[in-house]
Amino acid sequence: MPLSTQSQADDEQYALVASMDNARNLSNILKAITFKDHAIFSATPNGLKVTVEDSKCLQANAFIQAEIFQEFTIKEDLVGFQVNLTVLLDCLNIFGGSTVPGASTALRMCYRGYGYPLTLFLEEGGVVTVCKINTQEPEEPIDFEFCSNNVTNKVILLSESLKEAFSELDMTSEVLQITMSPSQPYFRLSTFGNSGNAHYDYPKDSEMMELFRCTKTQTNSYKMSLLKPSTKALALSCKVSVRTDVRGFLSLQYLVRNDDGQICFVEYYCCPDEEVEEE
Amino acid sequence: MKFRGKIVDVACLNHFTRVITTVSRLTKTCVLRLTPDNLLFVLSGKVADGGVSMWCELSQANFFDEYQMEGVSSEDNEICLEVTPENLSRALKTVQNAKAVKVKLTKKHCPCLTIAAELPTLSSVSRVVTHDVPVDVIPRRLWHEFKEPSMPDFDVSVYLPPLKTMKNVVDRMKNLSNFLVMEANLSGEMNLKIETDLVSVTTHFKDLGNPPLRALEALVLDLVCLSSSSSLASTDLPPLPPGDDASQDGGPSQSRDPEAMAQARVDIRKLQQFLMGQQVNPSKAMCNIVHERVVHLILLHEDVSLQYFIPAVA
Repeated sequence: MPLSTQSQADDEQYALVASMDNARNLSNILKAITFKDHAIFSATPNGLKVTVEDSKCLQANAFIQAEIFQEFTIKEDLVGFQVNLTVLLDCLNIFGGSTVPGASTALRMCYRGYGYPLTLFLEEGGVVTVCKINTQEPEEPIDFEFCSNNVTNKVILLSESLKEAFSELDMTSEVLQITMSPSQPYFRLSTFGNSGNAHYDYPKDSEMMELFRCTKTQTNSYKMSLLKPSTKALALSCKVSVRTDVRGFLSLQYLVRNDDGQICFVEYYCCPDEEVEEE
Repeated sequence: MKFRGKIVDVACLNHFTRVITTVSRLTKTCVLRLTPDNLLFVLSGKVADGGVSMWCELSQANFFDEYQMEGVSSEDNEICLEVTPENLSRALKTVQNAKAVKVKLTKKHCPCLTIAAELPTLSSVSRVVTHDVPVDVIPRRLWHEFKEPSMPDFDVSVYLPPLKTMKNVVDRMKNLSNFLVMEANLSGEMNLKIETDLVSVTTHFKDLGNPPLRALEALVLDLVCLSSSSSLASTDLPPLPPGDDASQDGGPSQSRDPEAMAQARVDIRKLQQFLMGQQVNPSKAMCNIVHERVVHLILLHEDVSLQYFIPAVA
């Protein structure tokens, strides 16, 4: 592969070098969290985490473990930078986003360190494209302080079951209301729009429900505009876990299989729109 | 002025339609010159267009079964019309399965190119379809504006990479920048580059090959011969690039460093427009670059040649 003919000496200067035979394994998962221009990249020896935030109420993270990459070399414990995600996606898809069988774009991503651009080497069919994307100082991602100890309700659903509901969501509703309860209606999505109120119920013994662990009846509302982007992650995933904690904060975790069948994760955190209502 | 032509071969009709569709993607309006031997679609670079020029030449004998033309006068045996190629393309698309298609210059409420065909139907009675496409006749005194462009005194000539790959890359680059630099050298390398505050992207094409000078000479002579029957043919042969006597097998001037890049910065939309229009893979595709002046793209099919000139911007 032409990209790997870069000399060993060149690599010494990079704080991070990550290579993939198929750039789609990175670009597809990044598309699931592209709702804002800027993304924070945090690389550790475990892999890459990409964070996008919206108005301090929503955070999306994509995790790509080191094993997903053909090569993942990092010189420090944490390498962080911020880039324009839209520009990055245009570069990753420079040879066209088409899925021609057999043709894939190879990627080599290099970052020298603070103040340097993110350099991408992309190759397809013998043609090489070099991209240098300017980086900024990474902002500190918000810590939503979501921990398993404070989780009141948790369900794991097959994504199939939610895809239809999410694609039909009444966008004239300002909020998406989620009700989770050990008793009826168990798991309910509700909207209140111009066409009226709509409810999607998922019974706890449904075959779509892989796990049902609800301890307390909770109803929380979340701004529709904040959650709508999560539909992209849902579309890519095969399973999703929905959790709420004592404060009514929402955690959505998506299990995504890439082109090669490897597993990556995407998670969304969202603050509730109103005070937690308890029945 | 008289013109009538008939196309009977379905492959010819198909190809003819595709060429006109390609032209329609490059420009909204253009000039159609009808000569005894050729049809020429011409766009003369005007400042309003950002100065792009186009010259698309079809040898009539390769398309028409019957072709009769009487020009403005016996000395000026040509007809010059201003047309909207999209209208022609749309009309031709509706008659693709006709046994024969007739194209005539007519005068209805205004001058028109009338496209008429008999289409088969399920019953024994054929359906007759007629399209009257309005055109404007261009007066003789303006004909000098639509002369064949001369081959520029280029610095580098190179074969283009696969147009599809170029299109994919240029499409993405357009999201990132309004301008693109095209550069190439005599070692068969071409780069497409964009640079903005946010990002710089360079795509490297290698092993493209450079057309030998003799091929270009032949091309120039071909084009001149094709239009020599017309009174508007350039009477002077375009100047050949310097140093052509230097090499035996026609390589360009030995004095130019083969690695040195000739470049031109162009409006990316113009290049994208050119690439979007290509429906058929050409038998030869090449590019001449005059350093910081103009990019001259040439596509050759068996019976059609298309030249497109994109001026460089500062």
